[in-house]
Amino acid sequence: MMPLETIVAGIMLVSLIFYALLAGADYGGGVWDLFAFGTRAKQQRELIAKAISPVWEANHVWLILVIVILFTAFPPAFATAATALHIPLTLMLIGIVLRGTAFTFRTYDSKHDRVQRRWSLLFSIASIITPIVLGITLGAIASGTIRVENNAVTSGFFASWLALFPFAVGFFALALFAFLAAVYLTLETNDRQLQEDFRNRALVAGAVVGILALIVFLLAATGAPTVRAGISRSRWALALHILTAIFASGAFLALWTRRFRWAQICAAAQVSLILAGWAFAQYPFLIEPDITITTAAAPRITLQLLLGALGVGAVLLFPSYYYLFRVFKRKNTLIAIRENPDKVIG
Amino acid sequence: MDDLLAARSQMAMSLAFHIIFAAIGIAMPLLMVIAEWRYLRTKDEIYLTLAKRWAKGTSILFAVGAVSGTVLSFELGLLFPKFMGYAGAIIGMPFSLEGFAFFTEAIFLGIYLYGWDRISPRKHLFAGVIVALSGAASGVFVVIANAWMNTPAGFRIVNGQLTEIDPVAAMMNPNAFSQTLHMILAAYAATGFAVAGIHAFMLIRDPTNRFHRIALAIALSVGGVTAILQPLSGDILAKAVARNQPIKLAAFEGQFETETGAGVRIGGIPDEEKRETNYAITIPYGLSILAYGDPHSTVKGLNDFPQNEHPPVAIVHLAFQMMIGCGMLMLGIAAWSAWRFWRNRKNPAGKWIDSNRFLRALVCAAPLGFIAIETGWVVTEVGRQPWIIFGVMRTSEAVTPMPGLIVPFVTFTLLYIFLAIITGWLLLRQVAASPKEFEPAEANDAA
Repeated sequence: MMPLETIVAGIMLVSLIFYALLAGADYGGGVWDLFAFGTRAKQQRELIAKAISPVWEANHVWLILVIVILFTAFPPAFATAATALHIPLTLMLIGIVLRGTAFTFRTYDSKHDRVQRRWSLLFSIASIITPIVLGITLGAIASGTIRVENNAVTSGFFASWLALFPFAVGFFALALFAFLAAVYLTLETNDRQLQEDFRNRALVAGAVVGILALIVFLLAATGAPTVRAGISRSRWALALHILTAIFASGAFLALWTRRFRWAQICAAAQVSLILAGWAFAQYPFLIEPDITITTAAAPRITLQLLLGALGVGAVLLFPSYYYLFRVFKRKNTLIAIRENPDKVIG
Repeated sequence: MDDLLAARSQMAMSLAFHIIFAAIGIAMPLLMVIAEWRYLRTKDEIYLTLAKRWAKGTSILFAVGAVSGTVLSFELGLLFPKFMGYAGAIIGMPFSLEGFAFFTEAIFLGIYLYGWDRISPRKHLFAGVIVALSGAASGVFVVIANAWMNTPAGFRIVNGQLTEIDPVAAMMNPNAFSQTLHMILAAYAATGFAVAGIHAFMLIRDPTNRFHRIALAIALSVGGVTAILQPLSGDILAKAVARNQPIKLAAFEGQFETETGAGVRIGGIPDEEKRETNYAITIPYGLSILAYGDPHSTVKGLNDFPQNEHPPVAIVHLAFQMMIGCGMLMLGIAAWSAWRFWRNRKNPAGKWIDSNRFLRALVCAAPLGFIAIETGWVVTEVGRQPWIIFGVMRTSEAVTPMPGLIVPFVTFTLLYIFLAIITGWLLLRQVAASPKEFEPAEANDAA
């Protein structure tokens, strides 16, 4: 039987993966809003807005779940991360606030082009900056440069994240999210031309993901040596690499042959495996090298109650989530939206 | 501004901002559900139009509430990491439960706002009911955590470390029930009065508009009933504070001297140098009765507590007075409305609304509930100072070592001012676009 704290950490990882797969794609939508061009730019933007409007707030809650699990089950890890990464986390919060509000304001403000463009710009820039900063914080956590002595951070407020490796991870996260969004968007429409637009974007983003993955891996040699050692040497690592590579190629192949449902499944699996790979490589550290899952764990009673709450919560959450997606992501309803766009904005 | 003050100011500002949207997020779904339920019962399309109009406003406000709430969950650690490192294991539970309540709320709000044409009317109403319930649950869980900071329970301290942690006992802390009851009622009362005030304003210009008449009736019913119940919950809470945090009660009242048969002050300005509260009207024995239910009970004054445990008395006392004042005015207006309704019970429906004086009073009362929420929040948070965990950990011990905290404070303040202006402007647009003359076709266009 796995220790309780490892199970809780596993659930935290799963929540982070859900955040990347769902909310990540919403951020990616913001990226493609900025890069909407050509004769169908307006339709592209509308499709993005329709795809994320009903779901982004729910998707966003995965991040809150990650944070809540972190500070309930591993309070010292939360305190350390919040201290050492105060600046990037604050920037990320500003990004989260501006992304969400600009998107909502755009929906309810004047339909005048100039007003809409202004909110679009703010929405898309915030959608780009937030994933980068999120990646920077995760990169800093993986880098092994956050040091703690007697519960106090000794590595300062800049050094751990203001480095090449965390920034590379930041851009890698952005590319992944943009890739996911483009892949998902091919399924949000029956319009062949729009589908092609997002297929092309997905292929380009996929290529960028590949290049950045290589850069991150190379930089990890000095930027995050322990995690890289974990990724390169462990027994499970090879299997994980092969699986990730299979799904990455699968996503490409499926996009190429226009099997978009398969592309979606492969892309989601690819992103999940990347995050899982990072977590396994870093195990048993929450914040490498001074805070492990075990040393940071809350007392047993807290973990037990938290697991109970997570169990009950999951029973409520997953059926609700399924219902949300069934209501808004069914094919026939998608047709209904396209034919009658005014109906969408409640 | 030193870093501790900057951190406290940023937290205070973030909470003061978020609490408005949180309260609306709790109460608006109830108003929408009532309107939609009336529509299903009567098939009168005007109720459907109303539910949809309210839903639009709620959608804007909920988005701002969701992101500003996210900011808070991080700020707990960004500004007071030692508090979270110390207490996370014990008060993380209500936050975890709040996480799921928020999840449910966000999922079903998405369904509610965008699903008018996708699901059956009954399912749609049911989605609204879930939003209303989970919104209230979110509020309850968050306030439970705050109540724990006031009346910590469920642990022992050995050598400065928390041991024998019992998160269930922590959630059942002595103030949990009275504080959550008070806050939830406040959310309904404040939102009900604010919405009623807006529709009253429109009715003064356009007295026969049925849309606004119906909206006013629903909003004022919710706001009025809760405003009448609120003083009772306030009394329960005051007695809990008297029992569990006597120094905080003394600050509420500006009570410096320990006194048997203490009077309750109305108004008054505490002078912390001279340790006296001047210019107050005092009702004899009032405080002893209110706090302990016995006119001859003894109320311990601030002088009998160590000076370094005093909260800022003047701020707390003035905020407390303002909160009570707003609450009493709302109680009066609720009673007046009930009386008008009763007196006109034999007249045609809605006759009780027809009075310009009454409508003007409702317009003036619109902000009272939110003033009461803000000042009440000052009472509970500033009244807890200098502690972050009452009697256990000082706020100054919990603050982050991060220097230059004035920068994020100013940044978030500017950001929130910007959001407040835009939100206000967009809501004005919504109100201005409300139906001038109700036509059934509107119901379809409004979709």
